[in-house]
Amino acid sequence: MGREIIKYAIMFTVLVLTQVLFLNQVQISGFVNPYIYILFIMLLPVNAPRYVLLLGGFFIGLSIDIFSNSLGIHAFASVFIAFLRPPIIRAITNREEDMADYPGLAQNGLGWFLYYTAIMVLLHHVALFFIEVFTFVDILRTLYRIVLSSLFSIFVIVLSQFIVFRD
Amino acid sequence: MRSLLRFLVRNFAFLLFLLLEVVSLVMVFNYNSFQRSRFLNSANFISASFYNTTSSVFQYFELARVNEELANENAYLRSMLDGGTLEEISSHDSIVITHELPDSRFVFRAARIINNSANKQQNYITLDKGLDHGIQADQGILAPEGVVGVVTSVSKSYASGLSLLNPRWSISAKLKNSGYYGSLRWNGQNYRQADLQEIPIHVNLATGDTVVTSGYSSIFPEGLLIGTILSFDKPQGENYYNIKVKLAVDFKSIRYVHVIENVKKEELKALENKVINGAGNY
Repeated sequence: MGREIIKYAIMFTVLVLTQVLFLNQVQISGFVNPYIYILFIMLLPVNAPRYVLLLGGFFIGLSIDIFSNSLGIHAFASVFIAFLRPPIIRAITNREEDMADYPGLAQNGLGWFLYYTAIMVLLHHVALFFIEVFTFVDILRTLYRIVLSSLFSIFVIVLSQFIVFRD
Repeated sequence: MRSLLRFLVRNFAFLLFLLLEVVSLVMVFNYNSFQRSRFLNSANFISASFYNTTSSVFQYFELARVNEELANENAYLRSMLDGGTLEEISSHDSIVITHELPDSRFVFRAARIINNSANKQQNYITLDKGLDHGIQADQGILAPEGVVGVVTSVSKSYASGLSLLNPRWSISAKLKNSGYYGSLRWNGQNYRQADLQEIPIHVNLATGDTVVTSGYSSIFPEGLLIGTILSFDKPQGENYYNIKVKLAVDFKSIRYVHVIENVKKEELKALENKVINGAGNY
C-alpha cells in the first residue's frame, strides 16, 4: 500500500513535469498539443475507490492549470474522465476474463489498451477544447483541433507504455 | 433523515464529481481574480523556477539568432539617438533606459521570457524578472520587433502576463498614416494575425499600412510597432472595416523583451478620474 502510494506520487510528478516542460512547448502548426498527463488517471488501480479517482484527477488537472495559466480548464476535463473511467473499463472488458488490477498495456494487451486510451483521450480532449474556446461557433475548427491533438496524444501515450511504464 | 443520509452515501461519488466540476467551472469563470493572484498562476515560485531552469538550458540553442536580433536593435537605437536623450543607469542586472517623450516618461527594463505559448486559445507569458527588479502589474511587454503583451501578475522575482495572442486582452492601436484608431484583438486562429476593429469605412486603407500603438492607454507609449495590414473588407451594412493585421512579432521565436513602466501613470490616472468625477458639476 505504502509502495503503491510512492509509485503513484512519483508518476504524478514525472507526468506533470513532462507535460509542462516538454510537451506544452511542442507547437506544431498552432493546432497540435499532446496531453499525456491523463495517463495518471488511466493507470490508477482498477478497483481504486471512485473518490480517489476523482480527487486524483482534480489535483493533476489543477497542477497543469497552475503551470499553464489556464485555471480550471484541465481540472474540469480530468475530473470528467475520472468520473467516466469505471463505466468505460466495464464496457470494454470481457466479463469472462480476469482483469488485472493495473490497467497497463503489458497486463491487458495492445488491442485493449489502444481502445482504452482512444476513448479516454477523446473524451478528455472534447471536454478540454470546448471549455477552452467556450463557444460552439466555428465548431469545425474546434473539432479539427480535437482530432489532431487526440491522435498525437494517443500515439505518445501508447509509445510511453513501451518505453517507460513497462513494469 | 435516514433516507437522505442513505441517498448521500450511495451517491457520494456522483456528488463529489459535481462538486469538483463546479469548483473547476468557478475557477474558469473567475479567471480575472485568479490571474492576479500570487500563487495560482505561473508567476508562483515553484512553477516559475522550473521554467527558469529549463529555459536557461534551452536558450543556448538560440544564441546565434538572439545575437543577430540584438545587433539589429542596437543599430536601430543608434539611429534614433540623434533625436532623443538616452541615459543608462544600471540597477541589478538590467539596463534602465529613460526615454523622454513629449507627454510622459517611460522606463524600459530588460527581461527574458521563460515560458510562452502560441497554440492555446488563451496564451500567457512568464518572465524572469519580478517585484525585486521593479516590475509591476499593468506594465507593457515589448520585443525588439514590436508589442508582445502586458504584465498582470508579479511575484518577488518572476512575472506573468497576457500575450497579445489572448482574446481576453485588446490593445488600443492606430493607423500610422491617417491617425485613425481602433482596438486590436486576437481572434484565436492564426498566431501571426489579429483583427483591427472600429476603423470607420471612410478611411482610405491599403494593404501593408503600418499599425502602431495609439498611446491612449497608460501602458504603452505612442508609436510602437504592432504590425501591418494584411487584408481588409467592408462588411455589408456596417460602418466599420474588417481588418486583418499581420503581427510584427513572431510569438514562437521571441526570447528577450523589455518591460515598460509609465512613471507618471498615477498622475495621469488621478487627473483622468478628476475630470470624470468633476464632469457632473458643470
